[in-house]
Amino acid sequence: MAISFKVNGGPVSVDAPQDTPLLWVIREQLKLTGTKFGCGAGLCGACVVHIDGKSAFSCQTQVSNVAGKQVTTIEGLSPDSSHPVQKAWLAERVPQCGYCQSGQIMGAADLLTRNPHPTRAEIITHMSGHLCRCGTYLRIMRAIERASRES
Amino acid sequence: MNKISRPGVGVSRRGFMIGIAGMTFAIAAGEPRVGSAAIEAPDRAGTPFNPWVSIAPSGAISIMAPATEMGQGSLTSLPLILADELDADWSKVVIVPAPPIGKIYGNPSMFGAMLTAHSLSVQGYFTPLRTFGAQVRAVLLDNVARHWNVPSAELSTEPSVVVHAKSGRRIGYGDIVAFAEIPAVAPDIKPEALKKPSEFRLIGHDVMRVELPTKVNGSAIYAIDVQVPGMIYGAILRSPVQGGAPDNVDDAAAKALSGVIDVVRLPYGVGVLAQTPWAAFTAKSTLEVTWRRNGKAWGFDSGKGLDAFATDARDLNMPTTVDWYKRGDTAVALARAATTIEAEYRCQYAYHAQMEPLNAVASVSAAGDAAEVWCGTQYPTAAKAASAKALGIPVEKIKLNYTLLGGGYGRRGDYTEEWVVDAVLLAKSAQRPVPVKVMWTREDDVHNGHFRPITANYLRAGLDASGRLIAYDQRVVGDRVLPFENPQFFRAAHGRDYQLMDGVELTYYDIPNQYAGQIPRDTGVRTAPLRGIGDIANKFAAESFLDEVALKRGVDPMQFRLELLKHTPRGLKVLQRVAEMADWGRKLDNTALGCAFIVYNDTLISGVAEVSVDHSTGQIKVHNFWCVVDCGIAVQPDNIIAQFEGGIVYGLSLSLFEEITIRDGAVQQSNFYDYRVMRMYEVPDIHVEVISTDNHPTGVGQMPVPIVAPAVHNAVARLTGVRLRESPMTQERVKKALG
Repeated sequence: MAISFKVNGGPVSVDAPQDTPLLWVIREQLKLTGTKFGCGAGLCGACVVHIDGKSAFSCQTQVSNVAGKQVTTIEGLSPDSSHPVQKAWLAERVPQCGYCQSGQIMGAADLLTRNPHPTRAEIITHMSGHLCRCGTYLRIMRAIERASRES
Repeated sequence: MNKISRPGVGVSRRGFMIGIAGMTFAIAAGEPRVGSAAIEAPDRAGTPFNPWVSIAPSGAISIMAPATEMGQGSLTSLPLILADELDADWSKVVIVPAPPIGKIYGNPSMFGAMLTAHSLSVQGYFTPLRTFGAQVRAVLLDNVARHWNVPSAELSTEPSVVVHAKSGRRIGYGDIVAFAEIPAVAPDIKPEALKKPSEFRLIGHDVMRVELPTKVNGSAIYAIDVQVPGMIYGAILRSPVQGGAPDNVDDAAAKALSGVIDVVRLPYGVGVLAQTPWAAFTAKSTLEVTWRRNGKAWGFDSGKGLDAFATDARDLNMPTTVDWYKRGDTAVALARAATTIEAEYRCQYAYHAQMEPLNAVASVSAAGDAAEVWCGTQYPTAAKAASAKALGIPVEKIKLNYTLLGGGYGRRGDYTEEWVVDAVLLAKSAQRPVPVKVMWTREDDVHNGHFRPITANYLRAGLDASGRLIAYDQRVVGDRVLPFENPQFFRAAHGRDYQLMDGVELTYYDIPNQYAGQIPRDTGVRTAPLRGIGDIANKFAAESFLDEVALKRGVDPMQFRLELLKHTPRGLKVLQRVAEMADWGRKLDNTALGCAFIVYNDTLISGVAEVSVDHSTGQIKVHNFWCVVDCGIAVQPDNIIAQFEGGIVYGLSLSLFEEITIRDGAVQQSNFYDYRVMRMYEVPDIHVEVISTDNHPTGVGQMPVPIVAPAVHNAVARLTGVRLRESPMTQERVKKALG
């Protein structure tokens, strides 16, 4: 059965079993591969997207649950990498392997939308659901603080 | 442009100039865009000057990158080294991942293999790449000299411009291409003709890593992102134990699922082919398979196994069978010592936990006689060889495309490249030439991990009457790594398992009698090098033990190491600086400092940890970690700091939490809920300082990992008076040790 929702502002209609995780629909049907598969269990944050403007684990969200909703992926965060979080990420040279960074950036963007000037403790609380095996955590903190300052 | 149809077998490296270049490279018709910083492109453009460098009339300079990129920065730093000697304008450089041809692009420090591992990329390629750059620069100068009819010696270069100062004439590299004649034999470049460090324009100056902009907008392509038209999906249930094979397979439920195409029996597991990933994963989870208990590890229990290793390490009647390091006569010195000390240290299995689970895409031709493969690998030439072997076809029939890696840490570097073989075998079983993307779930990745081995160290030291450390003896009993992960290299290394034993040579310490030896063991458990390799266990043991020796002597452990380093001036400097940074010796209330010093493949590293311990929970909290490194010439200083920050986090996570346990040969952990990896809230303040020296550059990527465990362990011991002697230092172990 077709399920309709919006992705990065545009309407999509996908044919997938209702219990399919949104992650696989985004990645393999819609070919938006910036959103990553890390654990399939909501433990690592690599798959984080925004659903109606709020962070969500796309690996834990059944596609049927986003019918009629707005989904934003890393590709839709800005058209030209100009979101303050993306700019700060480059300025602080955050990524190493980079695999987790789409999820990290989506998480950070969500934090700054709701709390434009978070304390370091608030950053840590919000971001601790995201794993980075390269260990870029210190630079992520600095980048979020920079984005907060510069936006 | 000359053309030779085969690669340069037998051609010396210095001899490469032209010809070989034309061979497998697709020379792009169009030219890539050139912006303000170097960019990355799939193919090179313009006239090949040698297998490494092509120059287009626009001035775009394509430079081959021979190492795969897994976050360590080699995709940028290796071409940058060449570009510096070529005197290229960095904004005109186009970086092209080199095709998998070991004879041309292999690392001379890695048995000539195209293998990105061991933190040897910059170290191994540094001089060859500079030489290749200098050769191209010399050819450019010779051509301009001939064109202008001036002596070559009167010419100089500025970035991408040849200058004749006498006449004021200038010509861009791109403009030379039109009249360039490229000699068949490369000009001879003497080492003394290369730039002095003071003349570097790029080395030592931070540039934006070339692929970084693609890593903030989702456009970076990892193997798991590859999309091939008509692609289907595969998942594999593997034998829980290495060597096991499927016996009874009940796939009725799997086959009944919507979207499932086929269920395929493989020598080592059962594969599912499906229209979607979700159908493949779901079907895999319904398979009922019993296993033939082939292979060695069935019945193995890691707890009992490590106990047995430790017993053997302590049993001095059991001789070491592989000598690793000898200086003086340790047995005699120990017998004569006024005081002797002994200790045991243990290290558990650990998992790489790279964030991108293993995966690959393959398409096999209808006749089964050729294949195209897309994968993330540290070892492209092995991925090609493994694909060919799996299909029983010549290696030339494999077209291999390698991508960025969502983490490597040693997991994507073993010779079998089994995740690539998965895709090739399932693509062979599919309706050829339908491409198949095979993905491991996180659970697959944990259950079938190749782990940092279990290791037991037994150490003895002897002090003379004056308190001088005169004898040091280290016996290592650990699970084999190199014979399992790369038998070819094991033979090339003359049967020495350096992946397990690295780090036992304390050459830099003033200890007149030293011995380190190995009692080899093979449990059958899947193992691999893991960021920091044998140094993790062996330096944990050695540097923790040295603190015990210092305590016995009644000297400060930092002072003790400074004394031991009296003949290693670079080491002294590195250790003194970390002591200053941490303000070693200050009075602390509820925390304590611990220090360690290591030399790892010629990179010198010191570390100090500040810790506290919650006695009720057993939780160690690391508040600060100070670290100083001298890796010779600092090619990209900020990237070195980034690698050290990340490596210290990796080391902390290994030291405090990470442990794989094996029961009846099978892994007991499954995902990040029972394999704990460090998160942001657990990260201390990390302070890294790089001391750049004019020495040949040495490795960085994995080097900080082994410094962490001993520094933390020593800090905990100073704070509590209790030595944990085992890594990881989990809450349970701490609570037990504290009573």
